[in-house]
Amino acid sequence: MSEPHRPTPPHEWGGGLPAHARCVVIGCGIVGNSLAYHLTRLGWRDIVLLDKGPLPNPGGSTGHASNFIFLVDHSKEMTALTVDSVRQYRDMGVFIESGGIEVARTRERMQELTRRTASGRSWGIEPISLVTPAEVKELVPYIDESVILGGFYTPGVGVVDSLRAGTLMREKGQASGALHIAPKTEVIGIDVGAGRVKRVRTTDGDIEAEIVVITGGVWSPRLARMAGTRIPLTPAVHQMIDIGPVPRFRGAKSDIEHPIVRDMDTNMYERQAGGDLEIGSYAHRPILYDPEDLPAVEQAALSPTEFPFTQGDFEEQMQHALELMPEIVGDESVGVKYAINGILSLTPDGMPVLGESPDVKGLWAAAAVWVKEGPGTGKAVAEWMVHGESEIDLHSSDIARFHEHQKTRAHVRARAGEGFNKTYGIVHPSEQWASNRNVRLAPFHVRERELGAVFFEAAGWERPQWYESNAPLLEEFGDRVTRRTAEWDARWWSPIINAEHLAMRERAGLFDLSAFTIFDILGPDALASVQCVALRQMDVPVGRVVYTPVLSTHGGFKSDLTIMRLGDEHFRVVTGGASGMADKKWFRDQLLPSAQLADMTSAMTTVGLWGPQAREVLAGATSDDVTNEGFKFGTCRTLEIGTQRVLASRISYVGDLGWELYVPIEQGLKLWDTLWEAGRPHGLAACGIGVYGTTGRLEKSYRAHGNELETEYNVVEAGMAAPRVKEEAFIGKAAHLHHREEDPAAILCTLTVDDHQSKSGEKRYMLGREPILTRAGKRIVDRKGRGSYVTSAGAGPSAGKHILMAYLTLEEAVVGNQLLVEYMDERYPVTVAVAGATPLFDPENARIRS
Amino acid sequence: MTVIVLMDSSDASKQALALARKFGEPQSVSMDAVQPFAPDALAAILAQAADDMNASAVVAAGTERGNEVMARLAARMGLPLAANCIDAEPGDPTTVTRQRWGGSLLEEARLHSPRPLMTVAPHTVAADSGPPPAEVEVKPVAETDLVVRVVDHVSPSNGGVSLAEAKVIVSGGRGVGSKEGFAIIEELAGLLGAAVGCSRAVTSAGWRPHTDQVGQTGTKVAPEVYIACGISGATQHMAGLKGAKRILAINSDPQAPLMLNADYSVTGDLKEIVPAISAEIRKRR
Amino acid sequence: MKVLVCVKRVPITGGRIVLTDDARAINTQHLGFTISPHEECGVEEAVRLIEANKGESVVLTLGPPEAVEQLRDAMALGIDRAIHLKTDGQEWDAESTAAALIEAIRADETSNGPFDLIFFGNESADSAGFQVGIRVAYALARPCVAGLKKVTLEGSSVRCEQEVEGGRDVYVVPLPAVLTVKEGLNLPRYPSVPGKMRARSKPMAESTPTRPVPRLELVKLAVPAGQGRRAESLGAGSAAAPAVVEMLQKAGVL
Repeated sequence: MSEPHRPTPPHEWGGGLPAHARCVVIGCGIVGNSLAYHLTRLGWRDIVLLDKGPLPNPGGSTGHASNFIFLVDHSKEMTALTVDSVRQYRDMGVFIESGGIEVARTRERMQELTRRTASGRSWGIEPISLVTPAEVKELVPYIDESVILGGFYTPGVGVVDSLRAGTLMREKGQASGALHIAPKTEVIGIDVGAGRVKRVRTTDGDIEAEIVVITGGVWSPRLARMAGTRIPLTPAVHQMIDIGPVPRFRGAKSDIEHPIVRDMDTNMYERQAGGDLEIGSYAHRPILYDPEDLPAVEQAALSPTEFPFTQGDFEEQMQHALELMPEIVGDESVGVKYAINGILSLTPDGMPVLGESPDVKGLWAAAAVWVKEGPGTGKAVAEWMVHGESEIDLHSSDIARFHEHQKTRAHVRARAGEGFNKTYGIVHPSEQWASNRNVRLAPFHVRERELGAVFFEAAGWERPQWYESNAPLLEEFGDRVTRRTAEWDARWWSPIINAEHLAMRERAGLFDLSAFTIFDILGPDALASVQCVALRQMDVPVGRVVYTPVLSTHGGFKSDLTIMRLGDEHFRVVTGGASGMADKKWFRDQLLPSAQLADMTSAMTTVGLWGPQAREVLAGATSDDVTNEGFKFGTCRTLEIGTQRVLASRISYVGDLGWELYVPIEQGLKLWDTLWEAGRPHGLAACGIGVYGTTGRLEKSYRAHGNELETEYNVVEAGMAAPRVKEEAFIGKAAHLHHREEDPAAILCTLTVDDHQSKSGEKRYMLGREPILTRAGKRIVDRKGRGSYVTSAGAGPSAGKHILMAYLTLEEAVVGNQLLVEYMDERYPVTVAVAGATPLFDPENARIRS
Repeated sequence: MTVIVLMDSSDASKQALALARKFGEPQSVSMDAVQPFAPDALAAILAQAADDMNASAVVAAGTERGNEVMARLAARMGLPLAANCIDAEPGDPTTVTRQRWGGSLLEEARLHSPRPLMTVAPHTVAADSGPPPAEVEVKPVAETDLVVRVVDHVSPSNGGVSLAEAKVIVSGGRGVGSKEGFAIIEELAGLLGAAVGCSRAVTSAGWRPHTDQVGQTGTKVAPEVYIACGISGATQHMAGLKGAKRILAINSDPQAPLMLNADYSVTGDLKEIVPAISAEIRKRR
Repeated sequence: MKVLVCVKRVPITGGRIVLTDDARAINTQHLGFTISPHEECGVEEAVRLIEANKGESVVLTLGPPEAVEQLRDAMALGIDRAIHLKTDGQEWDAESTAAALIEAIRADETSNGPFDLIFFGNESADSAGFQVGIRVAYALARPCVAGLKKVTLEGSSVRCEQEVEGGRDVYVVPLPAVLTVKEGLNLPRYPSVPGKMRARSKPMAESTPTRPVPRLELVKLAVPAGQGRRAESLGAGSAAAPAVVEMLQKAGVL
C-alpha cells in the first residue's frame, strides 16, 4: 500500500473520534481486534477500531461462541489459519488445551476419520491418532462407548477465551499509540468517491479514511451495502444449550478438563464448560436471517446475536446427546440452564470473505471468520494490507473470488443452507452442490444433454465431467480403462473419463471450455500493464500465445494463465473460472492510466479440439491453412470455419495437438455442430472436464492453480523457471531472481502408484491431499517447514498409471525414489517418476508440436 | 358525586386520593377497617359503601394490598378494574393511563364501566395535600368474608436491614461473578449499614436468596443511595429502582444501560473498586 | 391431590422495549418468550406438591398457538398434562381471561374431579392487572390468598405467607383454594433433558374460546420518557474510591 497519507497526531483525537484516519476497522469481534492489532504491529498508525456495541462484548458472534478449536480441516488454508490462531491464543495465555475427539457412529464415518487423519498428517498436525471406543471411554469417562465405532483424537484441541483475547489485542494496539478504540459508535454510512473509499460516517461523527476494513461479522453485508458493494454471507442459527450442574464436574478447577467430543454423525458437539456441559448442534434445518433482521444492541434480551431458542429444532438432538452421554444428559438433576439460537456467518462456499473489495478500492473485508481462525485471519489480512500478500495463501477466501451471481441473496441463502448441514459432513472432494444450478449454460448445452453429459459446476457454469453416451468406448478400450470398486474412490467419477481420454489420445476430443474467464487489456498502456503482471515476456509479435505464471510480490504463484496478443494495444487474458474473478481484480489493480480492461467472459465461448486427428477434423471444417507450418504451436489467429470467424489458439492443456476455438457466444452452438460434423469421419469424441482437468493434465504434469500453484511455492520449486528472465519489471521479479539463485527447498515431482492393493484386497485410488511419507513412514518436511502432500491425483490412462503430484525435498526428489502415500489409514508404495516439469507422457512434447 | 377511596396512612394513599378527586367528592374506607386484615371483608365494605352512596368510582393505591382488595371488589361486583393508573379522566368511557411491565411501559386504555374501579401507581401522582376525606361508616361483614384473614405474623428471621426500607443498598449483578464474589459487596454494605441487593440474574443463578432481589418481580426500593455493582440494568431491574434518590453504578462497561441512567458512575472492575471504597471508608474513620 | 397452575406466555424483554408500528403491542420479533416469572414459581410449587403428595398436576393457559411452548416447558418441569385455550394472538383483558379460565376449569373438574389448589401468579409481567386469580376464585367460590412467598400444606388446609412491610402475614385457609404467588416462593428448577423429552408426549387438550369485547380496552402503548438522569463520572478503577466516599458523605449516609 503506497498511498500517501496524512498522519493524525494523537492529541487531535481529543475525547471523540479523530477526523482522519489511515485505516478504520469496523467491528470489535475476534477478527477486528486481531486485524487492528496486527496492523499496529506491522507499523501502521492512525488506526480507528470501532463497534456499535459496548466492550468487551459488543454483542456479535464472538460473544456467544463455544470457543473451542479443532485443528484438522481438509482445507489446507483453513488449517493453517487455525494453527496460527492457536499459536496466538497460546501466546496470549487464553488457550486451555483439552484435547478433542471426533467420534464415529457409522462405518462410513470411520472411513472419514481416516481421511481426517491423512489431512492432519498432510498439514503437519501432531499428534493425532485414531482411537478405539475403549480409548475414547478412558478419555471421556461419561460417554457411552457402545454407540460409537471409534474416534479421531487430537490432543492439541482446546478452548479459548476469545473476548479476553480481543481485549488483550486491543490493549497491545493501544499501548503502541497507533490505535484509537471507539465502542458504541455505529457506522451509518461509508462514502465512496471515484471508486475509492473516502469516509466513514458514524453516530459520533465522520472519519476521513484511506482504508476501511469491514470486520462486522453478521453485520458485514449491511456495512458493505453502505459502500455500494456486497459481502456474500448470511446470518444463520447454530443452536447451543448448557446443562448443569453436572455432578461429575463439581469442583472443576478449570473451564475444561475433558476432551471435547464432536459427535460427527449427528452434527453435534459436547464439551465441558466448568461445572456444566455445553451441547451444540448443526443438525437442525438451516435457519437463515437477513442482516437487517438483527436487533439493536439495547433491543435484544441477551445480545443481538443470541436469538430465542427454538426448542422444536432441537428435539432429535436431545435424543442424540442422551444416547452418547446418558450419565450426564440423562441425569434428572441436570437442568437446561441456557439455550440459544446463536447467530453466526455462513458463506455460499463455506470459506471466509477476506481481502480488498473488487468494487471499491481501499475497502477491505474480513468476515465470516469463526473464533477458531480469528487471530490467524486477522494477522494474514493485516499482512496482505501492509505487504500486499500474506504468509498463508488466502486464495480460497479471497472476496474477489465471487462471480456476480454468487453474490445474490438467493444464491448465498441457497448454498449456505445446503452447506450448513455439511458442517460436520462427509464431503467428497468432488462433491457437487445441488442448489442453484444451471445458472450459466454453454451455447451447446443442449447438445451436451443429448450426449448424456454428467454436469459438474464451475463458477456457475454447467460443465460436462463426462458423457454417458461414451459408454461404448469402455468396451473399445477394455482393460486399458481402470475400474474402481471402492465406492468412495468411484463417487463423482466414471471410468468413461478414462475411456474418453484414450479416445482423445488416439483420435480426437471435443471439449466445452465455456467456463474460462476471458478479459481483454486494451489501450496504449496495454503492453506495459500485462508486462508488469506476467512473468514471461509479453512484448511478443501479434498472434502469439503466452502461457505465463503470475507472481505475488514475494514470488509465489498468484495465478497461471494464457495471454494472447491480438494487436499492438490488445491482449486477451484467458484464465480458469475458479480464479477468474480474482485474476481480473489483480490485472485491473495493475492497469496503467492508459489501459482498460474489458470482461469478455460472457461475450465469447470456447471449444477445445485436441488429439492426433484434430488437424484433420479442423481441416474438414475450414479451408484456411492449419498445417504445422501454417499454424504453429503457441500462435493464434482468426480462421473461417463454415460461416463463422473463429479465433483459434494453438495451445494445449491436455498435451495433444489442437486448438482452443473462440467465437461469440451466440455462435457457439453452430461451431460445435460444424466441428462435430467434421469430426464424425475421424472418430471425434466429446470429452468431459475429467479429461481436461485431470487425466490429460496429469499425464503431462501440467500444474493447476490452487493445487500445485500457490503463493507458498515459487517458480523454481514448481520447475517452471525459464532459462532467462525478461528485462522488464514485473511483480515478484526481485523475489524470483533471488529464488533462481538459491537451492529450492522443494521440487514439484510427478509420482506413480506402484501397488493399489489394500489390506482387504480391494484396490484403492487416491484422490488428492494425502500425505507423502518416506518408506520409513516419516513425514517429509522441507527446510521452510512445508510438508509433502499430494497436490493432484488422478488416472493416467495412456501412461497406465495412477498419477500423483507432490513437492518433495531435494533429497527425496530423485527419479526412482520409492516413497509411501497414506490413504484411508493404509500406506501404498509410490515411485518418483519425474522431478520437475518434464511430462510423464510424451516427454518430448512431440504431440503438441506435431 | 361521591368517590370511595380505600386509604391508609401512606403517601401512596394520598396520591390515590388526588386522582380520585377527579371523580367526585372522596369518602374513605380505612385499610384498617377490618382487623386483622381480611381482604374479602374490605372488598365487601367497599362494595356496600359504593352501592349505598351510588359512588361514581372506587379508587385505591396500587400497593400490594390496594391492588388485592380492589381485585376482590371487581370480582365481587362483576366490574373491570384498571390497576396502577398514573392518570384517569372521567367520561364515557373513562380513559386511563396505566403502567405495564412494572412501569417500563404505559398503556392508554378505555375503561367501559358504570363505576370505574382503579388503583393508582405509587409515586406517579402528586399526593393530595387537602384535609383527609370523611370516613364511610363501616357495617359488619358476613362470616364468609372472613375466611381469608391474617391469623399470624412472622418477623424476618435474618435480622438484616430490610431492602424495602433501607437507606443505602449495595447491590450486585451478574458481574459479581459468583456466590463467593458477594463477600466484597457484603463488606461494603456492613460498613455503610446498608442492605445487600441483587439482580434477577443473581437469584436465578442461586447466588443470593430471592429476598435480596431488586426489580419488577423482586423488591421495589427507595433508598437515599443505591450502589449497583456489575448490574447492566435490564428493564426488569430498573422497574425496582424508580424510588431510589441517588444511583451509583459501577461497571466495566461504561455504556451499560444502568451506567447511563445512574446519577454517578465509576468505570472499571468492581472487584477492585468495591474493596477500594471499603478501604477508603475505613481510612477516614 | 390435584393441583392446577395457570400461566401466561410473556416475552423476555431486553434493555429497551420496542413497540409494534400500531403501538398496540411489544415488537417481539427478536424476543424469546417465557412463563411469566411469578407463575414459574407456581409451576415449581405444583410440581413439588405432587412429588410429595402424589396425584396430578395440570397447567392451563390462555394464549396464542405458540403458547404451547410454555405448556411444554411446564410439563418438562414435571407437570402432568396441559390445557391450552387458544387465542388468535390478540390480547384478552383480565376480566375476559378470567371468564375463559373459569369455564375451562369447570369443564375439567366436571370430567376429572376438582382441584385442591389452583395457583396463579400474583400479576403477569406484561399487563399486570393483579386480578385474574382472584376473579377465578370468586367465580368458583373458593378462598383466595394473594401475593404469597410461602405455601405449606397442613392436612385439609393450607398455610400461606404473604410478604408485607416488616415481615410476613400468615393465612390459613381450607382446601380447595386459589393461591396467587410471587417470585421468591421457591427457586424453580431447570428442566432436565429427560424431562423435556417426556414433555413431548404428555397430553395436551385444547379449545378455542371466543374473545368477548373487552371492558378494559387497550388503545395504545407508549414507552415512558427516560428518567433524565445523566451520570456524573466519579472516575475509573479504584482511584475513584475517594470521590465515591465524598459523594456518600454529601448524601448524608456516611
